[in-house]
Amino acid sequence: MSVMSPFARFSTAPAKVGLYDPAYDKDACGLAMVATLRGTAGHDIIQTALSALTNLEHRGAVGSDAGTGDGAGILTQMPDAFLRAVAGFELPAAGGYAAGLVFLPTDAEERAVAKAGFEKLAVEENLEVIGWREVPVRPEVLGDLARNAQPFIEQVFVAPTNGASGIELERMTFRLRKRSERTLGIYHPSLSSRTIVYKGMVTTLQLEPFYPDLSDERFASTLALVHSRFSTNTFPSWPLAHPFRMIAHNGEINTVKGNRNWMRAREAQLASEALGDLKQLSPIITPDGSDSASFDEVVELLYLAGRSLPHAMMMMIPEAWEKQTDIEPARKNFYDYHSMLMEPWDGPAAVIFTDGSLVGATLDRNGLRPGRYVITDDGLVVLASEIGVVNIDPAKIVRKGRLQPGRMFIADTVSGRLIDDDEIKSEIASLEPWGEWLEANRIKLEELPEREHIAHTASSVNRRQRTFGYTQEELRVLLAPMAKTGAEPVGAMGSDTPIAAISSRPRLIFDYFVQQFAQVTNPPLDSIREEVVTSLGTGIGPEGNLLKATPEHAQQISLSFPVLSNDELAKIKHIDEKPGAGSAFTVEGLYRVDGGADALAARIREIFEEVDQAINEGAKYLILSDRDSNRELAPIPSLLLTSAVHHHLIRTGRRTMVGLVVEAADAREVHHIAALIGYGAAAINPYLAMESCEQMVKDGLIEGVTIEKASKNLIKGLGKGVLKIMSKMGISTVSSYSGAQVFEAIGLSQEFVDTYFTGTVSQLGGIGIEVIHEEIAARHKSAYPIDESTNVHQQLEVGGEYQWRREGPAHLFSPETIFKLQHSTKTKSMDIFREYTRSVDDQAENLMTLRGLFTLRTGVRPAVDINEVEPISSIVKRFSTGAMSYGSISPEAHETLAIAMNRLGAKSNTGEGGEDVERLLDPTRRSAIKQVASGRFGVTSMYLTHADDIQIKMAQGAKPGEGGQLPPNKVYPWIARTRHSTAGVGLISPPPHHDIYSIEDLKQLIFDVKRANRAARVHVKLVSQVGIGTVAAGVAKAKADVILVSGHDGGTGASPLNSLKHAGTPWELGLAEAQQTLMLNGLRDRVTVQVDGQMKTGRDVVIAALLGAEEFGFATAPLVVEGCIMMRVCNLDTCPVGVATQNPVLRSRFTGQADHVVNFFEFLAQEVREYLAALGFRSIDEAVGHAEMLDMNRAISHWKADGLDLSPILAGPVFAATENRSRVTTQDHELEKHFDHKLIAASKDALSSGKPVTIDLPITNVDQAVGTMLGNELTKAFGVEALPEDTITVNLTGAAGQSFGAFVPKGIKLSLTGDSNDYVGKGLSGGTIVVKPHANSPFLAEENIIAGNVIGYGATSGKLFLRGIVGERFLVRNSGAIAVSEGVGDHALEYMTGGVAVILGRTGRNLGAGMSGGVAYVYKLRGDRVNHDALAAGELHVGPLEAADATKLEDILKQHVAETGSALAKRILDNFAAEVEHFVRVLPRDYASVLSIREKAVANGVDPDSSEVWEQILEVTRG
Amino acid sequence: MADPRGFLKVTERETAKRRPVPVRIQDWKEVYEKRDSAVVRQQAGRCMDCGVPFCHQGCPLGNLIPEWNDLTWRNQGKAAIERLHQTNNFPEFTGRLCPAPCESACVLGINQPAVTIKEVEVSIIDEAFDKGWVAAHAPERMTGKTVAVVGSGPAGLAAAQQLARAGHTVAVYERDDRIGGLLRYGIPDFKMEKTHIDRRLAQLEAEGVRFRAGVNIGVDITWEDLRSRYDAVVVATGATTPRDLTIPGREADGVHFAMEYLVQGNKAVAGDSIEGQITAKGKHVIVLGGGDTGADCIGTATRQGALSVTTLAIGKQPPTERPTGQPWPTFPTLFEVASAHEEFGERKYLASTVEFVSENGKVVGVKVAETEFVDGKRLPKAGTERVLPADLVLLALGFTGVEGDELADQTGAVLDNRGNVARDGKYATNVDGVFVAGDAGRGQSLIVWAIAEGRAAAAAVDEYLEGSTELPFPVKPTDRPISIYS
Repeated sequence: MSVMSPFARFSTAPAKVGLYDPAYDKDACGLAMVATLRGTAGHDIIQTALSALTNLEHRGAVGSDAGTGDGAGILTQMPDAFLRAVAGFELPAAGGYAAGLVFLPTDAEERAVAKAGFEKLAVEENLEVIGWREVPVRPEVLGDLARNAQPFIEQVFVAPTNGASGIELERMTFRLRKRSERTLGIYHPSLSSRTIVYKGMVTTLQLEPFYPDLSDERFASTLALVHSRFSTNTFPSWPLAHPFRMIAHNGEINTVKGNRNWMRAREAQLASEALGDLKQLSPIITPDGSDSASFDEVVELLYLAGRSLPHAMMMMIPEAWEKQTDIEPARKNFYDYHSMLMEPWDGPAAVIFTDGSLVGATLDRNGLRPGRYVITDDGLVVLASEIGVVNIDPAKIVRKGRLQPGRMFIADTVSGRLIDDDEIKSEIASLEPWGEWLEANRIKLEELPEREHIAHTASSVNRRQRTFGYTQEELRVLLAPMAKTGAEPVGAMGSDTPIAAISSRPRLIFDYFVQQFAQVTNPPLDSIREEVVTSLGTGIGPEGNLLKATPEHAQQISLSFPVLSNDELAKIKHIDEKPGAGSAFTVEGLYRVDGGADALAARIREIFEEVDQAINEGAKYLILSDRDSNRELAPIPSLLLTSAVHHHLIRTGRRTMVGLVVEAADAREVHHIAALIGYGAAAINPYLAMESCEQMVKDGLIEGVTIEKASKNLIKGLGKGVLKIMSKMGISTVSSYSGAQVFEAIGLSQEFVDTYFTGTVSQLGGIGIEVIHEEIAARHKSAYPIDESTNVHQQLEVGGEYQWRREGPAHLFSPETIFKLQHSTKTKSMDIFREYTRSVDDQAENLMTLRGLFTLRTGVRPAVDINEVEPISSIVKRFSTGAMSYGSISPEAHETLAIAMNRLGAKSNTGEGGEDVERLLDPTRRSAIKQVASGRFGVTSMYLTHADDIQIKMAQGAKPGEGGQLPPNKVYPWIARTRHSTAGVGLISPPPHHDIYSIEDLKQLIFDVKRANRAARVHVKLVSQVGIGTVAAGVAKAKADVILVSGHDGGTGASPLNSLKHAGTPWELGLAEAQQTLMLNGLRDRVTVQVDGQMKTGRDVVIAALLGAEEFGFATAPLVVEGCIMMRVCNLDTCPVGVATQNPVLRSRFTGQADHVVNFFEFLAQEVREYLAALGFRSIDEAVGHAEMLDMNRAISHWKADGLDLSPILAGPVFAATENRSRVTTQDHELEKHFDHKLIAASKDALSSGKPVTIDLPITNVDQAVGTMLGNELTKAFGVEALPEDTITVNLTGAAGQSFGAFVPKGIKLSLTGDSNDYVGKGLSGGTIVVKPHANSPFLAEENIIAGNVIGYGATSGKLFLRGIVGERFLVRNSGAIAVSEGVGDHALEYMTGGVAVILGRTGRNLGAGMSGGVAYVYKLRGDRVNHDALAAGELHVGPLEAADATKLEDILKQHVAETGSALAKRILDNFAAEVEHFVRVLPRDYASVLSIREKAVANGVDPDSSEVWEQILEVTRG
Repeated sequence: MADPRGFLKVTERETAKRRPVPVRIQDWKEVYEKRDSAVVRQQAGRCMDCGVPFCHQGCPLGNLIPEWNDLTWRNQGKAAIERLHQTNNFPEFTGRLCPAPCESACVLGINQPAVTIKEVEVSIIDEAFDKGWVAAHAPERMTGKTVAVVGSGPAGLAAAQQLARAGHTVAVYERDDRIGGLLRYGIPDFKMEKTHIDRRLAQLEAEGVRFRAGVNIGVDITWEDLRSRYDAVVVATGATTPRDLTIPGREADGVHFAMEYLVQGNKAVAGDSIEGQITAKGKHVIVLGGGDTGADCIGTATRQGALSVTTLAIGKQPPTERPTGQPWPTFPTLFEVASAHEEFGERKYLASTVEFVSENGKVVGVKVAETEFVDGKRLPKAGTERVLPADLVLLALGFTGVEGDELADQTGAVLDNRGNVARDGKYATNVDGVFVAGDAGRGQSLIVWAIAEGRAAAAAVDEYLEGSTELPFPVKPTDRPISIYS
């Protein structure tokens, strides 16, 4: 009988149903660690920790059942005295026994069985149960959901029968605990002689009341970890609350799927004398656990097997050592060596950990989670996600610090001292001669003997191109540009071709896999600007026993890049020529194509045997090759072969004995390479892609590069593209991406996926190996035709994925549909419009979309008379146009949409480019929806105040997980003005919002913008992918008003081609999953659900409504109505119809009219009415969520769609008729509780008449976005002119919560004495913010932390004076504010486009990455801290200050002293003439040139916005 | 695409120059001067490589226009002809004769002069022939199946080439004395010299196609017999029944169908001597009908030495710019100045011909009237009649359908209500194994449609014979150009 996992057992989550799967649950949180260095335990530590927890409440979440929290807990030292007092039986001496809570079945009989079983197991492990104690609990404080899932909680006490103690005893209890959970299905929050955990499905406020034990004065410890969980589901589980046995974690392990697989693969080789027979404990990683739970299990294993806890942490979360220049060699060697034992557990993370005496904390390599600490003069250490969680007298605080990326913070409660990062790491780095081991054993590819290059003939290349289905388009559009430039090409306007699952053409197996990407719960990375934290290096070859470290562990080939040239592969193939290096075995990935699917399956099984045999014979490298296909033997798709072998080896426990290298002809796109790595390949040799490029160079089809360079470029383009795909998922190293399986399958049968791609999600079923074979056979047949002359001129298929071709796949927008749409709306002809919609909808032959497979079930309900259906005028109000920025499309195109939508009472969207005040205030030309995207262009108090809806773009359908760029030549003067930037200087929208690295951060931004405009609805825009349901639930819990689900296929101005085609899923899936999950969670009634993505017809709208959407977005279709003809060159500024261009010549060709757009939406609404009438609904409201009115019919006769099962979309969970399927209420934003009400009341005079006021108030960390609502009031009253500076002066004392002073406009000064958390001055819009320490603080301000991460993000104007050091990403995307700080973390001034930064202290790495404007004055700047690429390319000028700079700096410093009393600034000013020499100026080159050109123009009386000046600017900025 | 801004740099259309009128009317050679390859390249560089290339849709063949524009721009002539031949068997014909719906559909044409697609096309194939890149591609093995193609116009020849390359044994029947159908005798040499046909026929022959000129199926051999001799028959006999104008005086001498006149003229140019040839020499010529055939008559008459040439059209003079009722990308009716119009003669519009005036059975004039709209019809306006002198009247009023009586009688093949041979979605008539392609099935159309149909019908025949086919199927019988009417 299989034992139910305790994670599932004590959880409230429903089982998988419809598209809902509890496995997608994500969490993020607040955490804190409290310790004392005084050496004695006390209850005060517990109390301090619990109060810190209480102050983290806002970082957790509650669901629909307001009383049920997502989980909280505490880990402390063993409270021996307390337990001794309450156990009710004799306990051995402290340290001589172990105890822990046990989550037991509530059924008494089951419980008795479990306890007996446990006692029996204990005996087997030389332990004796000395007693059980029923733990007092107060379920009445819990919410219903939590109470219903509550286990029976007892405490068990065990003692060794062999006298063991210390770590030896820990190992015994570990074994017992694991075996108990595996065989009895009960859960042990902990079982240790050193520590104890109390946790559960409680809110932060409920933890202590629920466990009265915690209030007992005798309950004492020198340390405590606490944690508050924010789960995206409302179905938290008791065991998944933190802390776990050794850690608590705020973050998300993006690579967890791979990490788990790799651990499983290693299990067979695990051996530890200390831990005994590990087979009994298998699997090491418990199924159904969270990422944090799995992480904890591995840390614990490493620790108990003999490594120190910091050592284990360094293995699992290594700092970004690969590209760090100033790291000591021994430490680098340590990381390098250990990278061969284990891949990083990659993702944003703040982890606190303890072994019972040492407590520590560490951050991920990129510092994506906050961690702040204070140390008092009496040895109290408090570290938490936020500052201010514990109220401490400022006079007692001797140090304030922050966790730094990749750095460790350790307190030793026994020796009573802090151990700094360098000390602990140096000590560990010197444990063994790692460097010598590497030197002696590691194989470097470049050191292997060179091989002669083999050139292939044109006909051979062509034959194989056909075998692998290459198209002319792929050569032209994908490969040639990569070979020429070394970068993946960019396309525009999304994808409107059928997904592979329903394509009528043979598709590569890669096409059935969709990339996953980070949204909301973790951030994508900026792999370009923050490349410093990434690594494409990997080792291939066998791994040794993870629990040991020997020189032989280093016997691997190290690769710096995951894509190999033919010559490099040849070296690996011939590796046996190097003595001692082992041998490589090449697998012929071919099968007899005439044997059909059976032959394919049989060949794969045969390959398994060959591989096993080869490993037995000592092969260390497996090369999976499809090189030798011929007339009889067809290639097995490389991805299928790779994953099949990978999983076979995992299953048989031999995966880590060999490295997998793939020699593949079918791999030719970035996506293909990424998929191969994602399913276990260490490196890929895409030989045919390279040979194709070589051939094109020879044929003169690629000009300007040599054959060698073309191949190199291709390799570079593919590798860099993989890095970008990894970053979309927030993964920074290829070694942890390998095997991470961050893909979902669409259109593959579950059986097929389970067999060959184990662990991959395939929501809709689909084809199996038979059709895969048919697709291979079709390609093979075209490569080996019976008669060559039949299609003698057609060397390859034409293609047509990226550009419409008649022979290619169908596109929703074809010449016919474009023409009919334009003509019907221009001439206001409903008949022709119906022809248009008919051609789009009529998919009987093409099956282009999932919705095309549905039919509407008319006749189920009685049809209603169309006159009874709600009118066009009410339906159109649910329509909006997509977020297309002013900048990506022309002013004419943008305004035309806005005018049309305003006329209809519908909504247009600003996109991310801001909005001119002049339009902002014009009711006919404004856009009702204001977007807030990662670039934050022009996001000011004014902009937010005048929004009807505020849309936070988390991801974009065409390129989820990626940022964007507006190239210099599109930043025309009028665009620059709106975006608060500089004409002719390129602009970057980063992949992540740098103030949203987690769900609680999103909650924060929603909180902030809601306070910037209480009347506006806040949207969160998500892109459809598997798991979107739980993300949507999380977003609903984060209090979004509207959730927008975007399909994967939406248009865009520019996107890498792989993203257009391979990331995200159709909205039908995402919408249905979101609807089902929101309903299951009881959250649907409080949010509006909107959908967009290639919506074109009334039928689309009605289907979307039936699947759960209430509002509908359109982008491409209205653009086409305006004249767009799907040129797909938006990125080139050459749009010939003036839609997606800023070029005045082309703009003059724009012919779109608002009337036409109005016609379009009215026609659409009319069609909707007709469908509603036929279905028997009188309004959209009535129809929302009635998925039962859909039927699937079309799949039946299609050769591929046959196996598709759409029922999860339609069926889903069963809901009662009474349950709300659409929004009926609103979120409780608790606006009335906001701090600012006090400020607004006190500012009455200022707000009415501009009379200056001064306010003094205390503040704590739970007071967030202070000043924002006041700012909104001021903006409402005074508009863009605001008030004179400092009209309202607010003096605050204490620790400010997050987003202090967000969007504060001119006229407000916030002056804080104390310190502040993250996001100070977010979107600062003219106000002044001052933060300074208490006057009686004993520490030096300039050496301590005053504010957290991401200060001044997106600030457009105003001033920031910060007396002290701040965290990472200072002034990201500042476009106009002046800011001073006394030290900064990594990535300061990233993407800055304007304003002035003054940094008076140390800086972290990577300063000025992507900085394209503004100026920084940095004191004693170390050159190696500046972004390397920008320096190397000369994009940033770093040099001495000019006279004008010095004057400006002096003035700013004087203000800084005046506002903060900065001693440091004063010292500098005192000796300014000499000190100014220590400053350097950081100035972007193009920005400087443009300013000087424009200044000269003005001086010469020339309009700086004239086309003549523009030409001059472009000449400079184009380089 | 090599230069995405090409269309912004070169904003004007530049096509090949026509030889000076006084010179060119002295001979029958093509009117165009040799094309400047630099200009062609520059013009090809104006192609925008559209995301949705309407030209590629507007061309019934589905010519890969953006691809070969780009290759031409890059000077990759050999690759360009491969890409062109991929969809078009006879670009040297279409490049000279096609009225280029692709150019009407060109996206650049929305607000700029369209790309000179046809010029690029003809340059590619001319270069290819010059450089010897056009080779015969005989099949490596024969299927053992035989196909008769009846009619050697563009549809028949395209079908024949496709079928031959698929390994079938193909014989092409032509009732005229030379192979080529309308191409041969319908088109004057000044538009396309006949060497182009001969060169292409040589390729077909090398690929195994057999030509049987001078055999009139239905007369010399019955359709039935033909059907039983071959595994399949493709009817590609064209829509050769001319539209007549039955008004008083129609029977007069000197009133001829245009095609009668042109065929004789072209045969004469080919060196044949024709007894009693209808010629315009020393005559006042009136051409009824303002289309291409009319223009061909003008050019021929001019060269034969007509005293005057007047074209009458009942409709209004078409606009020179695209009217709103014929929006992009539809194929508009515009006032065109063909080479023949430049050379000689006069065009009159809104002229309704009411009577052929004859003396002694010989036509001497045409009575025309102004027109007026009555009940939606354009009718002669009473009292406005006048007589124009004419010695030769040519009716170039289009064609009404196939000459299909024998076919119908002998095989039972059904004609549709427009007088064309009826067929199913795969070009099959109701008679087993008999297929129809080109104008015979579609009705009067363009040469590109004929070639496209020939190619598609070949695929249908191949599938019929072999059970499956690898041949392309560019158009369905029901496909029509994009228009505002559906």
